[in-house]
Amino acid sequence: MEKLLKKYALKLIAAGLAENPLICGLDDEVVWSRADDDIQVLEQVLAGMNINSLICIEPADPYLTIFRFLCDRYPETITPEDCETRTFLHDVPVISNFSAAAILAHLRRRKSVVVASGKSIRLITFGAVSLEQAFVSLSSVCFSAFVLFFADYLADRRQGVITEEQQRAFDRVTAQLAPPHGTTPVLEAGPFSSAEQVHRAIIEAGRFTVDYGLVDSYFGNISYRLDQTIYISQTGSSLDELAGCIDPCPLDDSSCAGITASSELVAHEEIYKNTANRAILHGHPKFAVILSMDCNDYDCINRGRCHIKCSKERLIEDIPIVPGEVGTGPTGLCHTLPPAIQGRRGAIVWGHGLFTVATVDFNEAFKQLLEIENMCREEYFARVRRC
Amino acid sequence: MATSLNGWTGKILHIDLDNGCVDVIRPESGIYHTYIGGKGLAGYYLRPQVALPWDHPRMPLLVFTGPLVGTAAPTSGRSTIMSRSPLSGTIGDTSVGGRLGFQLKRAGWDGIIITGQSKTPCGIEIEDDKVQIVEAAELWGKDTATVFNLLADGSRSVATIGPAAENGVCFSAVMVDKHHVAGRSGIGLSFAVKKLKYLSVRGSANVRIHDREKLHVAREEILRLTAASPILMGQHGFSCFGTGSIYDLMDSRRMMPTDNFRKTHFGRASELNAHAYKKQYDPGKHGCMGCHIRCKKIGRSGKHTGASMPEFETMSHFTALIENTDMDLVMEANTLCSRYGMDTISAAATLACYKEISGISDLSGQLVQLLEEIGLGSSDLGRQLGKGSSNYASSHNQQTTSMSVKGLELPAYDPRGAYGMSLAYALATRGGCHLRAYPISHEILRKPVATDRFTFSGKARIVKIAEDQNAIVDSLTACKFIFLGAGLEEYAGAFNAVTGMTVTAQDLLKIGERICYHERLMNSLNGFWAKDDDLPDRFFVEAGTSGNGIEIKPLEREAFLEARSRYYRIRGLDQDGRATQEKAEELGLVWKNS
Repeated sequence: MEKLLKKYALKLIAAGLAENPLICGLDDEVVWSRADDDIQVLEQVLAGMNINSLICIEPADPYLTIFRFLCDRYPETITPEDCETRTFLHDVPVISNFSAAAILAHLRRRKSVVVASGKSIRLITFGAVSLEQAFVSLSSVCFSAFVLFFADYLADRRQGVITEEQQRAFDRVTAQLAPPHGTTPVLEAGPFSSAEQVHRAIIEAGRFTVDYGLVDSYFGNISYRLDQTIYISQTGSSLDELAGCIDPCPLDDSSCAGITASSELVAHEEIYKNTANRAILHGHPKFAVILSMDCNDYDCINRGRCHIKCSKERLIEDIPIVPGEVGTGPTGLCHTLPPAIQGRRGAIVWGHGLFTVATVDFNEAFKQLLEIENMCREEYFARVRRC
Repeated sequence: MATSLNGWTGKILHIDLDNGCVDVIRPESGIYHTYIGGKGLAGYYLRPQVALPWDHPRMPLLVFTGPLVGTAAPTSGRSTIMSRSPLSGTIGDTSVGGRLGFQLKRAGWDGIIITGQSKTPCGIEIEDDKVQIVEAAELWGKDTATVFNLLADGSRSVATIGPAAENGVCFSAVMVDKHHVAGRSGIGLSFAVKKLKYLSVRGSANVRIHDREKLHVAREEILRLTAASPILMGQHGFSCFGTGSIYDLMDSRRMMPTDNFRKTHFGRASELNAHAYKKQYDPGKHGCMGCHIRCKKIGRSGKHTGASMPEFETMSHFTALIENTDMDLVMEANTLCSRYGMDTISAAATLACYKEISGISDLSGQLVQLLEEIGLGSSDLGRQLGKGSSNYASSHNQQTTSMSVKGLELPAYDPRGAYGMSLAYALATRGGCHLRAYPISHEILRKPVATDRFTFSGKARIVKIAEDQNAIVDSLTACKFIFLGAGLEEYAGAFNAVTGMTVTAQDLLKIGERICYHERLMNSLNGFWAKDDDLPDRFFVEAGTSGNGIEIKPLEREAFLEARSRYYRIRGLDQDGRATQEKAEELGLVWKNS
């Protein structure tokens, strides 16, 4: 158990989400990652829930500043509109009292709760199967808050309603953003001719995608087509830990072994069937997601349903933005992404993330992922300046 | 909590087959709030009589729906059939799909309690408030297909037993609406001992919903999550291929029970997978009432047109477990089990036990005949096998060849390849059951997140929480498979919208905990304890079939026992796995029957 607690503590720190996370795991006895005064209250929370793990962090900056602002603006519930929130979190409750009763009232209902008490911010999440659930929820909450913060600012700026406090928070957050990566790593060169090479290349590219901040661990997916087989990351796998988590999915209708493959396997298949691409990389780079949600057509009849209904032809430079939900449902991105990406280097799914393609190996796909995100970042601040 | 009853009808039907009396029970709302419905509420009504022998006239046979049944909440058309198991002596319940729960609810009943024993074969026919016990002597001895042809006119739900139950087969099933099976625990025999051949239900009333708009929102959230689930809705998932879609996976993970669990890899699996069935039989989609996943498949090609396609367990056990490589034979075996009314898991596992004891190398040529002899009770061997593998193996002084827990045969997941599964099998209150905790969801299918399948670390609490969750799912009632996508968070929203209550996911889990503990308590009353919460020796002394870089070692006995002890502590049982008065009272359960 201690090993597991340490692993996720390090992941939270590496992702820049927290500096000193407090984590516990519970089988027949509770184990904490470290001593802390908060434990007394959190053990009451544990006793009041049927769970096996819990994470409590004070977010590291820039998330700390973001949450302080959002909790002030939305003192009861934060409701980002990105895909992660819409599909999995639904909303993020906010409370002001760090007490077991107040925490339980919300954590019994939702996957996370934010405790905003004065300048102090705590994010609390839990798992009922494993600590990874708590980590995933926490990562999602931080991602969603980041997206909402920047999306709100741009929308407010456009409408001329920025407050002094909002501007101060924005300045503080932007000053703390890591500079964009200017160079790409040199990845395994293709085209690949063996499953072993493919596995190695996928594992490497996945790890760099997380390291470069182009996706949070656990999200995104990656695949490579070798002859009549697609090798794709498994559903719910972490892109920085893909060893043993890659499914070979034959295209000849001979096996269902791909049942544990990424929920976007259908979209990947369609792209491979209709293009000469061999590699697909899907990340959740933040500014691509933020810009995909930026639309100033306030009277649009699809407003509020943009993620499934947007019918406009929207582009950021040469990159199309399409609606679509996770998976294979009638409004799934499997219907919108493959035609949009044909003849292009990438496409963005509204509020969700960026897909890039390449014909040889992951060098080009990774380069495009990074370049498009950097372009979106520049475009975001350009739009801010134009307002 | 709201005091008015939305979601529930507020009425339970009591039918006494001793005297033909029918009366109506109107439970207090607190009973609904405490036990919800489905297996939770059925357990409440089983408890006072649970220490009676399974075939005692006062032993109730219970058919219960849940508050979500008949509403727009996805996959909530199911019901529970419960009694004391004729096969194992434990509590015996089985969740069944089709339209039985839906019609029962629309007829105005949250459940039916059937007591007594008819002197002659009978059927129960329900149309809204009208309840009739009718003569059924002419149907006794008829197979289920004949009964459906005569009674199932499309406007009603029909549940019937076949000849197997009438001939005393301990793993006999109840067939519902032709394609759906209440299979496990031998619940068909509970019908037969009451001389009850069939149950027919037609209802016309709508279920009262507290807030339709909120239900719509909850439904959309659930549908969104199922669409995002590759296992449910992906092109290799249940919706396209049925549960058989995991056949390839189980073999590739080296945990396909083969040759009566002596091996865990079946060399011919790739020729007998869901794709092979699709090519051969062109199955169409069919589903339970209220389900959009539609994992049930019906053959549309050749001589098996109109036949139910085998579920994963049936595909696996009628091939790998008995080392049969004839796909058409699997179809025949599946159809035969449906017609005679037998649980395919127990039937195949009992035959695998027979194969091992008899030393017969190839059972294929005798398979159909053996199933007929069992179902019809037409030979000594058939009657012996009809008692189940545990009884058969004991009668041959070879108990170790029965791959069962508490007398219930194990399904098609080898526990040496998923340690949480081993714990779940051993601890399941109805015996060797995969669905009580279904650790396959995280140990193999990676939902909601993946766990290490080769460790017991953390598994005791995971199993306990999953049991609580699945108990509430079977009480709402919904389908456990949808929880590979959605969660109790979303279903709490649906439950609140339907009933007007304001519960959280954690509140529902707490009720699930009560329902699970209630089952442990009932089993304790019948003498079940730690010695019964165990696995066959084979898993601790024999390795599985390693390969593809996967090593399948025997389970470590000490590690298993330690994990089981942790489970007992977490569940609030004593060190021997028995329920305690303190924990029972903490959960609001009656400790002693009055």
